[in-house]
Amino acid sequence: MSSTATDPWIRRSSNPKLDRIMVSPEGVPLNVTVATAGARAGALTLDILIILGLILGVTLLGLLVLWGFEAAFGGGAVLEESGPLSVVAVFWIIAVFLFRNAYFLYFELGERAATWGKRAVGIRVAARDGGRLTAEAVIARNIIRDIELFLPLVFITSGEAEGTMTDFTAWAGFLWVLMFLLFPLFNKDRLRCGDLIAGTWVIQNVKRNLGGVVAPSAEASANPAAGQATSRYEFSDTDLSVYGEFELQTLESVLRTGTDEALETVTNSICAKIGWEPGSGDERIFLEAYYTALRAKLESGMRFGKRRKDKYSADI
Amino acid sequence: MASVMTDPNMQQAIETAALKSDRFRLEREADWVRLEEIVTKMEKGKARKLSDEDVLALPTLYRTLLSSLSIARESSLDAGLIDYLEGLALRSYFMVYGTQTSFGRWLKGFFGGGWSQAIREIKLDIWIALFVMIAGTLIGYVLVAGDSDWYYALVPGNFAEVRVPGATEEALRGTLFGAEEQDGLGVFAAYLFSNNAQVAILAFALGFAFAIPSILLLIHNMALLGAMLWVFAQRGLTVEFIGWLSIHGTTELFAILLAGAAGIHVGRSLAFPGAKSHLTAASAAGKRAALVMAGVVIMLICAGLLEGFARQLINNTGGRYLVGGAMLIFWLTYFFVFGRKRAEIGS
Repeated sequence: MSSTATDPWIRRSSNPKLDRIMVSPEGVPLNVTVATAGARAGALTLDILIILGLILGVTLLGLLVLWGFEAAFGGGAVLEESGPLSVVAVFWIIAVFLFRNAYFLYFELGERAATWGKRAVGIRVAARDGGRLTAEAVIARNIIRDIELFLPLVFITSGEAEGTMTDFTAWAGFLWVLMFLLFPLFNKDRLRCGDLIAGTWVIQNVKRNLGGVVAPSAEASANPAAGQATSRYEFSDTDLSVYGEFELQTLESVLRTGTDEALETVTNSICAKIGWEPGSGDERIFLEAYYTALRAKLESGMRFGKRRKDKYSADI
Repeated sequence: MASVMTDPNMQQAIETAALKSDRFRLEREADWVRLEEIVTKMEKGKARKLSDEDVLALPTLYRTLLSSLSIARESSLDAGLIDYLEGLALRSYFMVYGTQTSFGRWLKGFFGGGWSQAIREIKLDIWIALFVMIAGTLIGYVLVAGDSDWYYALVPGNFAEVRVPGATEEALRGTLFGAEEQDGLGVFAAYLFSNNAQVAILAFALGFAFAIPSILLLIHNMALLGAMLWVFAQRGLTVEFIGWLSIHGTTELFAILLAGAAGIHVGRSLAFPGAKSHLTAASAAGKRAALVMAGVVIMLICAGLLEGFARQLINNTGGRYLVGGAMLIFWLTYFFVFGRKRAEIGS
């Protein structure tokens, strides 16, 4: 729940204001990122469209059944009150009630704790205290949705339709919608009223693949076929003392994903910094060697509890 | 780990890794990948296809991963690796501590004491809501008794076609015992349920605003009832009216009482959180109230069926009192007697 990350200088998400720590029951702090208001709104819009689609589908199905009966028996049999019309009407009312109330419940109680809309934008519901997300919490957060969303919608549309809406009630209704709809923007955890009551929050899903090992193995360095050149690079302590962890990790991402031009640019700037003459055609091997040496130095410092945030911090 | 050690290529890779932290990673990588495969399957809803070994290994793999993450944070500067571990730890955390109660098991716990327990926990709020509802009825009755024009202000138009102040006894009796279109009963019951459930949900949800709207809603709804009671009392139909009402009313009004009480409970804990923080108090109260609300919806289904079918089919006052009274005794016993011993043993 505290708002600082374990390693504040490791960049994790595009908006550090949304980074939080959730302590697992084992006592390990886990980094989570609160879902942005935009993602929430997008997911909600999708869900509403899906619900409307489902209602439309059920309506069409009901009409189809009625049409089928009419075709089979003819003569206005469907319109009798004990006939299929009332059965279809009962099913329709119950189905609409379920879509409106149970859609969110069903999906948020599932393994992914997310509706289709939330899945599509990559967010999920979680318990704020790091414990289990209970059925009660999911029920609570979705019951509140009724006053946040459906009630104002029904209020405005029915008022408009019947023409009973005076200026005052229209404005009161509008303020009501705004108050609940914009509630997430007025607190730092982007909680809506339902989240607040249920002790939940909505966080971003993370799915990252395990990249390869960047530092070349000793075998590769020793292997004359592949790494003849590698042994050429020997860095002195002064060469390695110009950078910190931030630069190391920037270099790592360049090595993982960078193009040849990026490698060349980085090689040039490192060489300029440590006063070497940049060679050409050999950038990747040079950078891998420099990366390995720098990481070895910084990690050995880490083992003694000394860390260097970036190039502006004191050398370890 | 065992499989890693037997693979000669992997063995060699570990031995020749240039950095200590890479050696750490290569030694454990197979476990992480296995955990990731299990978690991915579970996320796709294919948990049942997992082998027994995988299911048994999940908690162990998860704890191993957490310890790896803790070590990696303090000893490795491989950002890609730490990102991966952070992500995987969170994903598997959600699988291990996810909503694991299957719906069936939750339902069993809910009916087997969870619901009654939650209701007993908000007893004070139930008393408050009961007081408010009785006060609301009295207010409605007294207002209309003083000036019958109040009736039209309190009762919405569609209820007040026949049941108006000054209506004849026959007309009123007709609304109580008349054979309304019995063929449409199913539709009527479903409509009533859907309508009442939304009102109850509203009564609860409004509790969020420090319970005041909940209380107002209860007063308004009960004032309507009190006003109507006056109209019938004027023609000496009090007993019949209460009978007509009680057949489903004992269930429905009880459900609305509970919904209002749940709303008041949330509002009260937001306003007066006691020793806890506002947020913790609100979420604890919210979860308790949510259980009550799930039950309220079930009660309203019963009430809708009673109102739609039983009230139109049982056309004498004695029978209506019998059904209504039996329902009330059933709910009271279930809520305040059932499961009490088990809870005491449990605590």
